Amino acid sequence: MAGPVQSIERAAAILRLLAGGPRRLGLGEVASSLGLAKGTAHGILRTLQHVDFVEQDEATGKYQLGAALLHLGTSYLDVNELRSRSINWADALAARSGEAVRLGTPLEGKVLVVHHVFRPDDTLQTLDVGTLLPLHACSLGKVLLAFGAEPVEPLVDAGLEEYTRHTLVRSEDLSRALVEVRELGWGAEVQEMAMGEAGVAAPIRGHGGLVVGAIGVSGPVERICDTKGRPQPALITLLREAARAISRDLGAARW
Amino acid sequence: MVERYVMSIDQGTTSTRCILFDHRGRLVTVAQREHRQFFPQPGWVEHDASEIWRNLERIVPEALSGVGIDVGQITAIGIANQRETTVLWDRRTGAPVCRAIVWQDVRTAQLVEDLGRSPGDAFFLDRCCLPPSTYFSAPRLRWLFDHVDGLEQRARDGEVLFGTVESWVIWNLTGGADGGLHITDATNASRTMLMNIRTLTWDPELLEFFGVPSAMLPEIRPSIETYGQARSVLPGVPITAALGDQQAALFGQTCFSPGEAKCTYGTGSFLVMNTGTDLVRSRHGLLTTVAYKIADQPTVYALEGPIAVTGSLVQWFRDRLGLISSAPEIETLALTVEDNGGCYIVPAFSGLFAPHWRSDARGVIVGLTSYITKGHLARAVLEATGWQTREVVDAMNADSALAMKELKVDGGMTSDNLLMQFLADVLDLPVVRPLVAETVSLGAAYAAGLAAGFWPDLEVLRRNWHRAAQWMPDMDPERREWEYECWKRAVERSLGWIRPSGPA
Repeated sequence: MAGPVQSIERAAAILRLLAGGPRRLGLGEVASSLGLAKGTAHGILRTLQHVDFVEQDEATGKYQLGAALLHLGTSYLDVNELRSRSINWADALAARSGEAVRLGTPLEGKVLVVHHVFRPDDTLQTLDVGTLLPLHACSLGKVLLAFGAEPVEPLVDAGLEEYTRHTLVRSEDLSRALVEVRELGWGAEVQEMAMGEAGVAAPIRGHGGLVVGAIGVSGPVERICDTKGRPQPALITLLREAARAISRDLGAARW
Repeated sequence: MVERYVMSIDQGTTSTRCILFDHRGRLVTVAQREHRQFFPQPGWVEHDASEIWRNLERIVPEALSGVGIDVGQITAIGIANQRETTVLWDRRTGAPVCRAIVWQDVRTAQLVEDLGRSPGDAFFLDRCCLPPSTYFSAPRLRWLFDHVDGLEQRARDGEVLFGTVESWVIWNLTGGADGGLHITDATNASRTMLMNIRTLTWDPELLEFFGVPSAMLPEIRPSIETYGQARSVLPGVPITAALGDQQAALFGQTCFSPGEAKCTYGTGSFLVMNTGTDLVRSRHGLLTTVAYKIADQPTVYALEGPIAVTGSLVQWFRDRLGLISSAPEIETLALTVEDNGGCYIVPAFSGLFAPHWRSDARGVIVGLTSYITKGHLARAVLEATGWQTREVVDAMNADSALAMKELKVDGGMTSDNLLMQFLADVLDLPVVRPLVAETVSLGAAYAAGLAAGFWPDLEVLRRNWHRAAQWMPDMDPERREWEYECWKRAVERSLGWIRPSGPA
């Protein structure tokens, strides 16, 4: 195990300093209070500002704690904002895959469908924005669980409901599946929520790589999967491209 | 086989965009650049036409290099543009003689008011089907002649050329001062107040009335036919279509049959209904406009209801009131309450457009009580867009024998789920969003590709259209009527606020 990361310790010290009093502090005050070079303090302050933990007053240039710190416990990305930022990419994914696309975020132990693009074949379909799906039985939910957007333990404690004979109802099976999702970078559900239906999903990441939601494609199992019952590689490629494009748009650097 | 593409250039109010579409109408690449907005006085809005052209010169190569596509793979260029904006430039140097005056600019308010009294609205409605308004180009030309020394004479001498933005772009693309084509299309010309809506030619009486010399005017051409080849930026590629942006969106939504309508929700919103080859004169406050003209085929007309303030009300809520930090959050805030709590906002920031056309109206918030929270205000903001659309749809249904069966929507606000459901509820119609949201660019591409034979006919384009989402009406009819009555009473309270002159 490596030792503590110096810049994170310093960032924590800056936050404590700013939290210490009601007054805004200038760069010089922050640097001298903590015995840091001005350049070092400035670099850390700018990074904290970038993630909204620190705000700089436009007129005086002085710093204070950012509003995002007050909402650390709640989702920092508005779901309607997420829909708005994803809409063009989700449309493109539906157009290229020929299947329905959904975006999900965690809500109270379920997956909340925040966006839905119809399968582009002009058949009668119903918009299911606002619907709640079970986390363990759909690909969107598995991705959210695998990347820590929602804790697994309370779900397992409450018992995993069986929707079909393929639903993962044993916690060992779910854990193993989540490890695989983390390794692959995407998740699948094959007849686990409804017989004949399948889906694949990939994580949407925000600043720093934090997973804020998932985007998925779903449809009849024979179209989503190949003859061996594995998701079609071409579909996965399209899906991951869309997820990466949205993530880049949301400020995730590496994805 | 080498893949081929159609390029659309969308010269809009805030930015210029260049998009490539493939044969299935799918978006391949986008390049975009914003231009500056000049506000030299309250109510004035200007653009630098040179800057717009320079931006276009930059983004076209950007769009191509992003995906490694060669100029030779582009079959045709289609242009969609902000309408009514007035550009004047020197025929010999190619330089604009002044800043372009943008469609939102209200400097001609006094002139327009005088026109309404004499010769009166009928003189204009008979010829161009437009009521006098600061919205259109001809009053701006008159204003420039009256305020820029020597300009009118230079125009008479043929030294100065006039055009809306597509004319400026095409003239520059085809060689500029060195033999550039000086043309406009019938949709854009139909917004100048200078074109006879029936003959699609410059109307001699309107020209004489505004004192506009015909020497400065572009030739009016069909919206869809080969105009010529580009000589700069995309040398050798034919330019085969030009449409005003709202007409392009109608085309992109494949509203080719009479009675089909779309509404584009942006800063303002524009509901346009195809009325076929019939020229329907509105008796309910709508504009009659050219939808498109394909080569020598009969002209297709449309009824249009422009709404000045919809998305910009959300922007105001964000930037001026600071109650939300991003536009989509309006939905989150609105969902914190069950209903509007009895509160209504009429956003008549610079008067009301269709169907009222009242420049003396100003915005009101009514029904305020101590019960009202910011959540109720957020509801009222979104509902204002719904009710304004309802007023225009009612006018459409009253003017046209073709009752609307569904409303196709596009534009940024269609990502607001609550608003789209509310629209379906108050219109009592299904509201449908297509898979390609960039309908303005898509329409320009469709038009260009059609003229170039890239697509064989309108039916093929129609088959490219797919439903991405649909909202069904789900509101108690009694409640709908009650709410609509409340809205109408709120509108009444916004009217007549502005008096002819303020204190000295």
